[in-house]
Amino acid sequence: MDHLDQLEAQSVFILREAYRKLKPLTMLWSLGKDSNVMVWLARKAFMGRVPFPVMHVDTGKKFPEMYAFRDEYTKKWNLDLLLGYCPPVEEMDPTLPPAARSAARKTVGLANMIEANKLQGVIAGIRRDEQGTRAKERVFSPRGASHKWDIRNQPPEFWDQYATPHEEGMHIRVHPLLSWREIDIWRYVERENIPLVDLYFSKEGKRYRSLGDSDITSPVESNASTVAEVIAELETTKTSERAGRAMDHESEDAFERLRVAGYL
Amino acid sequence: MSDTLTAARLDPADREALLDIATPIVIVGHVDHGKSTLIGRLLYDTDNLQDGKVAQIVESSKKRGLAVEWSFLLDSLQIERDQGVTVDSTRIPFRLGNRQFVIVDAPGHRQFLRNMITGAADAEAAVLVVDANEGAQEQTRRHAMLLRLIGIRHIIVLLNKADLLGFDEQKIRAVEKSVTELLAQLELTPSLFVPASARDGDNIASRSEHSPWYTGPILTEALAAVPSGNTRAALPFRMPVQDVYRFDDVRYVAGRVERGVIREGDTVEIGTQGSKARVAKIARWHATDRNEAEAGESISLVLEPDVIPARGDMLFLPHQAPEKTARIRAHLFWLRQEPLRVGESFRLRLSTAEHQVTVASIDSVLRLDDLTEQQAEEVGPEGFAQVTLVAGEAIQFDTFSPGTSDGRGVLVDRNQRIVGGAPLLGPADLKSGHAIHPSGGEVGEAERARTKGHKARVVWLTGLSGAGKSTIARLAEKKLFARGIDAFVLDGDTLRMGLCSDLGFTDADRHENVRRAAEVAKILTQAGQVVIVALISPLVTDRAQARKIIGGAFDEVFVDTSLATCEERDSKGLYKAARDGKIENFTGISAPYEAPTKPDMHIKADGATAEQNADALVTHILSVI
Repeated sequence: MDHLDQLEAQSVFILREAYRKLKPLTMLWSLGKDSNVMVWLARKAFMGRVPFPVMHVDTGKKFPEMYAFRDEYTKKWNLDLLLGYCPPVEEMDPTLPPAARSAARKTVGLANMIEANKLQGVIAGIRRDEQGTRAKERVFSPRGASHKWDIRNQPPEFWDQYATPHEEGMHIRVHPLLSWREIDIWRYVERENIPLVDLYFSKEGKRYRSLGDSDITSPVESNASTVAEVIAELETTKTSERAGRAMDHESEDAFERLRVAGYL
Repeated sequence: MSDTLTAARLDPADREALLDIATPIVIVGHVDHGKSTLIGRLLYDTDNLQDGKVAQIVESSKKRGLAVEWSFLLDSLQIERDQGVTVDSTRIPFRLGNRQFVIVDAPGHRQFLRNMITGAADAEAAVLVVDANEGAQEQTRRHAMLLRLIGIRHIIVLLNKADLLGFDEQKIRAVEKSVTELLAQLELTPSLFVPASARDGDNIASRSEHSPWYTGPILTEALAAVPSGNTRAALPFRMPVQDVYRFDDVRYVAGRVERGVIREGDTVEIGTQGSKARVAKIARWHATDRNEAEAGESISLVLEPDVIPARGDMLFLPHQAPEKTARIRAHLFWLRQEPLRVGESFRLRLSTAEHQVTVASIDSVLRLDDLTEQQAEEVGPEGFAQVTLVAGEAIQFDTFSPGTSDGRGVLVDRNQRIVGGAPLLGPADLKSGHAIHPSGGEVGEAERARTKGHKARVVWLTGLSGAGKSTIARLAEKKLFARGIDAFVLDGDTLRMGLCSDLGFTDADRHENVRRAAEVAKILTQAGQVVIVALISPLVTDRAQARKIIGGAFDEVFVDTSLATCEERDSKGLYKAARDGKIENFTGISAPYEAPTKPDMHIKADGATAEQNADALVTHILSVI
């Protein structure tokens, strides 16, 4: 087995654990490369099916290409799509810096969906290498009734034994991609030929490396216009992936505050 | 075109490294012995930092009025920086030459042991950081023991802050000797000792000029030499069933091959029940068809005949069966704040299987001060012990073995919280183990209770014929047994078929029937059992006598079902026969039933199901044994 096989096998194991132990279960589908890989891995785990709904918590501010992609692949992949909407920015914590405040809408939109659907499991495509705070995550990360992430009191997780909900109102965030690196995602996209939104590929010297809301995500300088070229570029870069995501850089702890409150 | 471009830009070593699966390395050691500093320094010296990180560290350090603090690199959480300790384990990808590593940083702070396990449990090798000036401390011993229990074979000891000893060879050799002796007590042999200063970078990624006497590998060389061999594929095949799906009329048995290889056409045995099936197909989606699968692969099997295994059933090849026993000897690292005591019950998770187990004995507890094994009544928080676990059914397992997932037991409490790790060591030998003292032929009540994990007790169910005594008793027996409690039902009909077959239903015979039941129950309690007697026993005096025979460990339970209900039920047709006059001396019809006035437990059976009544009875029994 090469390293992609190993990552794939581990993610499939995690998804099967989630499907067995958490009901109702849903997968967050943000339409980005990582969540497409995640949907693909679910199809690997369940013989071509995704046996639970996928959920798009829509800020209403995604790129038009992303909405088109969503509609196309919901049909092609036979997905059971759940749509969640986000409250307006005026209702968010005014002490957060502007971009983080905007991103916080998604946290509230997600919380509403979890409550409305009484979800026990939410599969999310975060990776350890994206951001320091995410490196602290568990594969199965329990969230209390307030949806807060209690970083200081996380359960032990070892030998493939994961936390299960034990209280009313609790849910588990499941992270099947936690051990993947950005370059692994791209190599897997290449190997499996997984479709992606066009925005990831260079037009006029710029491409998006990470996709968020259109108003708080900026493209990077790049000439990579195919998956292979993106991989070649990543093999030599030392710039962090989320450099184009404004909310990560507003203050030292803005992103952590978002995550503790339930942001991905 | 792009491929050519890439190949031109990357040298072969770079390409190989990018395709490598990372080797996890855990870094452990006592608080303030310099773990985080070591990691920061290592990443910096080996050019593994992203652009801007160094500037960020310098700025963060300045802000707090400190010299460059390498540890800030890891402490990416605000709360950690403010406290100056690493709260949770972190994984940092790291590259050396053509090899990828993941550094697992585990906190040294005592109460955060569970976070350390989270990070360290799948590490291939460990760097144990010891302050050369202070020598091994409490957490050094604790972490070393944990390395042993989670099965890490390659241990590199970094004697940090060697600059404080002026890199003096004699002084450093002395520390080395004491640490070697300490590890030997834990049956650990370190691969290497490296004298170093993480802060200054001595012997980390470059050879120090301060230690000319040291000619061994520096840290980066030692890491590069860690074997990454995966030998699991060469072992006998094991696949614990993770789940069973049915899609489009095909049944798929899903799971991960934990070791060995499985091929289409192989016959597999399934779990403890001994059934067999042939692997008709190894099913995969969107992958090249291959007729075999090896350790590490998550697959789906189509079996013939179409049997339905349960989650947790182990699949293995004939003649390669795992161990099978209900009594298991295990190591234990205890993660709960409250101490563990004999008799506590847990769920034992073993890959995808789950079993109810009771801690039958605490065979020894490790004392960290001098690393000796002690007799003890309990295992304290974050303690290490050897215990005997007893299950209600046979458990199939392989003995814990480093580098495999064999025998990786994890204990969870009734709230599904992980409370301990239990590497399984093998079947517990009944004759050894100090829970039983065969010498002198006397095994006392306390010893039996300790072995069984519970006290003996007689629970005496009295009530009308048809009240549901036997049904409740049988259900409770089953429930208790599933919890590892040795429960046994003694019911009226069974007694009358054999032991009491000479007796009729006169007052005297009924009295004798109750007396014999009490005597048998007493003998069974001497054997350590929980006995549930289900007997009409209608007279207050007879039940009083039973209590006297048995002694203190006796509970009278009134199964209170109205005569109307019993008569309506009339499962044996006895009420009708009694009403028709065909049976004489029938309790409730032609003979008195004296209801207990102060029973130890009163089951008002009319309004509840037998299941609910049995649950109530189980709860009561659990509170008295």
